Amino acid sequence: MKHQRVAYYPGCALEGTGHAYNRSTKAVGKALGLDLVELKNWNCCGAMEVKNVDPKLQTYLSARNLSIAEDMGFDTVMAPCNGCYHNLKKAEYDLANDEASREVTGRLSSKAGHKTYEAGKVETIHALDWIKDSVGEEGLKTRIKGGLKGLKIANYYGCMYTRPRHIFPEKDKGPGSESTYKPHYMDDLLAAAGAEIVEYPLKTACCGGAHTLSDSDTSTRLVLNLLTTAEACGAEVIATECPTCHTGLEMHQMRAEKVFGQKTTVKILYFTQLLGMALGLSARKVGVHENMSESQDLLYERGIV
Amino acid sequence: MPIHEKSLIRPENLVTHEHLTIDGVDVSGHWSTFINSRVVTDYNEEMEEEIAALPGGEFIHRCWQCGSCTNACTVNALNPDFNPRYWIYLIRMGFEDELVRDKDLIWQCVSCNKCTYACPRDVNPEGVMKATTHWLELKGHTRPKPAAVFDDVFASQVFETGKIEDGLVLRQFFARTGQSMFQSWLIALVRGLVFRLPVGLLTKLGLATLFRPKTRGWKKARLAIEDYVDERHAADRRALGLDTQGAE
Repeated sequence: MKHQRVAYYPGCALEGTGHAYNRSTKAVGKALGLDLVELKNWNCCGAMEVKNVDPKLQTYLSARNLSIAEDMGFDTVMAPCNGCYHNLKKAEYDLANDEASREVTGRLSSKAGHKTYEAGKVETIHALDWIKDSVGEEGLKTRIKGGLKGLKIANYYGCMYTRPRHIFPEKDKGPGSESTYKPHYMDDLLAAAGAEIVEYPLKTACCGGAHTLSDSDTSTRLVLNLLTTAEACGAEVIATECPTCHTGLEMHQMRAEKVFGQKTTVKILYFTQLLGMALGLSARKVGVHENMSESQDLLYERGIV
Repeated sequence: MPIHEKSLIRPENLVTHEHLTIDGVDVSGHWSTFINSRVVTDYNEEMEEEIAALPGGEFIHRCWQCGSCTNACTVNALNPDFNPRYWIYLIRMGFEDELVRDKDLIWQCVSCNKCTYACPRDVNPEGVMKATTHWLELKGHTRPKPAAVFDDVFASQVFETGKIEDGLVLRQFFARTGQSMFQSWLIALVRGLVFRLPVGLLTKLGLATLFRPKTRGWKKARLAIEDYVDERHAADRRALGLDTQGAE
């Protein structure tokens, strides 16, 4: 089975505020018989901040993580966080195409005393690719216990999963491949798990995550737009696949109510939490109680838990 | 209207005479509105090259002013004055005064990369916004904006230990930007986290504020990164004709 055993790069967010994403990803992997082996002694990918100090430092940070995956004997590393995923992809692209990035990475790697990562050794995949390519929709359907019972879901992918497109050479390859314009992997998986997917035009709109604290009003306005549009599309739940987006949506949903006086009721869940429950795992097991967005009543009402 | 004329129709550049008769014709009021003539002599001919020398700005020369970036822009949809195409134009023409008028807007780019996705000329407008923000700070036109403070707090922790600790980033950021930690929505957020997260994780996060998460054996990487950051700072300042030893 493709991707049955992959290196796992959780990243900083999944060890902090994105804890529920970490535990639900691991729980789903276990339920589907997929092995995750965490990268040893990984470092932060630099998120959206280090590139503003210098983009080549971000390349180095990701190159170090990729060299660890290579040393551990893996040719694939899975990152569930869009930021980590994006930065590993970006590093891969820059190391393959930009001499100056190679030079800086080589210099910093030898000073830091580890092997210099060379492009092409390790493939980076997202948690969505991991499940889609290993088990797929058909495999998922045979394992569903209970399913999502027609829960109406808007899938939100955010920015870093598809943009800029040149760092994702495997996307936009026609039928079956992921699209950077209208991504559908999460739609496919959750539909296979029994959800009713609503048409959501803001799949790849921005939540303002980069400035979530430094320009909160902008972020709140952007998130409010995502939430009200999801509600207008008939969604009961917004499914997320990025800890920054997820936390941003939850936090600014609350902030919109407290500061702007605008209340929205759509619930926010990680797609791995939804998949986990469809596979018969308990809500507790996938950390639903850890979310700020209170979805227990809805899930109970719909007979999902 | 061609965008370089935009600045001409600002209220301060328009003149209207309440009472005016020319050749016996009464043109009082808005009939006599005209645009003050101007002569531009203070082009900054180095501005494009300076911004191109900063990380992200490298490809600004490719721009052919199609406007795809502004059309796709997330922030433009909230505030029409946020206009990457216009700024790229001003930079390339050397209209420094016009650019500096928008010094409190440009940093608001949220790096969603919709512009980069849409750009037919691979200008990397997102990078240009970052380079321009950086340029405005280096040239002393603005103090570092909140986003720059956040970047610095965050990146410093990564450089120091190889990892970050959410709580520390938050506290340092609020302290350095002079904001209260006791805003109603922040209190609600922290309460929410404390009530929800499992005790084990909270203990771990609590301990993390004392024993910060670290990548083992990071010291050599830290020194290598610090050297590189110093080298870059000096190169950026040199490119802008500034004293390389100067304060940030």
